[in-house]
Amino acid sequence: MVGIISYGAYIPRYRIKVEEIARVWGANGTEISRGLGVYEKALPDMDEDTITISVEAARAAMARRKIDPVEIGAIYVGSESHPYAVKPSAVTVGEAIGATPVMTAADYEFACKAGTAAIQTSMGLVKSDMVTYSVAIGADVAQGEPGDALEYTAAAGGAAMIIGNKDPIAEINHTCSFTTDTPDFWRRENKPYPRHGGRFTGEPAYFKHVIGASKMMLEKMGTKPSDYNYAVFHQPNGKFPVQAASMLGFTKDQLKAGLAVTYLGNTYSGASMVGLSAVLDVAKPGERIFMTSYGSGSGSDSFDLTVTDVIDSDVFDRNAAPTVSALLADKKLVDYAVYAKHKGKVVMME
Amino acid sequence: MSVARFWRKQQNRYNLIGTHCTTCGKYFYPPRAFCPDCRRDGKIVDHQFKGTGKVVTYSIIRSSSGDFKLLTPYVLAIIELDEGSRLTTHLICDIDKVKIGMPVKRVFRKLGEEGSSGAIHYGTKFVPA
Repeated sequence: MVGIISYGAYIPRYRIKVEEIARVWGANGTEISRGLGVYEKALPDMDEDTITISVEAARAAMARRKIDPVEIGAIYVGSESHPYAVKPSAVTVGEAIGATPVMTAADYEFACKAGTAAIQTSMGLVKSDMVTYSVAIGADVAQGEPGDALEYTAAAGGAAMIIGNKDPIAEINHTCSFTTDTPDFWRRENKPYPRHGGRFTGEPAYFKHVIGASKMMLEKMGTKPSDYNYAVFHQPNGKFPVQAASMLGFTKDQLKAGLAVTYLGNTYSGASMVGLSAVLDVAKPGERIFMTSYGSGSGSDSFDLTVTDVIDSDVFDRNAAPTVSALLADKKLVDYAVYAKHKGKVVMME
Repeated sequence: MSVARFWRKQQNRYNLIGTHCTTCGKYFYPPRAFCPDCRRDGKIVDHQFKGTGKVVTYSIIRSSSGDFKLLTPYVLAIIELDEGSRLTTHLICDIDKVKIGMPVKRVFRKLGEEGSSGAIHYGTKFVPA
């Protein structure tokens, strides 16, 4: 059955506290942190971008399992911060993991759910026997305008899932999507920062789609929230996924392992996939995972997964790459001035 | 650097592809097409280095120019790869933590770019292992 053959995550080392960002803009940092449920966010090093994050995540996935890179027939990178407007990030990933030249590749963009859209495409290629393995990546160096609400959470990080049907560590039992034209968040051509509809991003956008896709999944599978050991929802902040879980009937305990946002921030296209990676770091054979992503614009992809015995077998080495919690623990805090330099907010003469 | 010039070295820079002389067993990075010891008896083949090694020596760069200006202070180090070859590279490390003999591993990073509209060059740097 089609499923996840291996996975890997990458989070840059640098962090800034939400309180430090609030200090610069004269806002109440303690209140904002508590309101968002986010205390720190990751930012890239000066020489990191979506491509380097994608490569590191893909290499982490390759390190956990012996996979001949020439058997990788497709690579898709989902992001809203591809370094090039025209030139795919996915080809650099392919070259860096030795999968080129007999492969197809493309970059995806669907706000924060481009990575899970890449998983669905990969599933299609694998299920139709067009490829043996396909790599789906969600990664971002998320943009947030200085002083805007997004700046408190827009973070850097990503995850890669290798999809195949030979002995997966987690079988994907089903996937379904819920998609509409909802203008809650966008970034126009040549603009450095996205704009959003403020509170409009909640009820008619995030919740409508996350709840819509999740209910479709529960109905299709004939399951109830208590049938799952873990639940992962898109995590733009620490509040939305907890509310969505509660509306659907999932408990905080089911959310805990996959809720990485609190000390990571919103890694946009990487967010739900980093959450899923955190769950796969601890999941045991037989456990069931529920995941629903969300991308502004808007849509949600829902997944039902069952962890297999392979995760604990000799062919898979979870310890060969760092866990999400280890990546989060290896950090260096910076102030707003250093953050501004790292994010390219300090403009230098060329 | 021209696009073609960088592209020719892409595999060497992305994946640490060097060479190996199967006659004497020496490894070379950057790759050599000719073994300086075995000369005409040498048989050279491509070799992908594991990407782990140790710091032989280093210098802390506090004043730089061009693409490197915003990176200061940074560590420029000579790394001996486990296979034996040595290379000069950027070591991403807190400057007060670097030590001779420190184990390191490869990472994929941006090496530079041709301005805001030019090509971006990627390749290998090192971090503490």
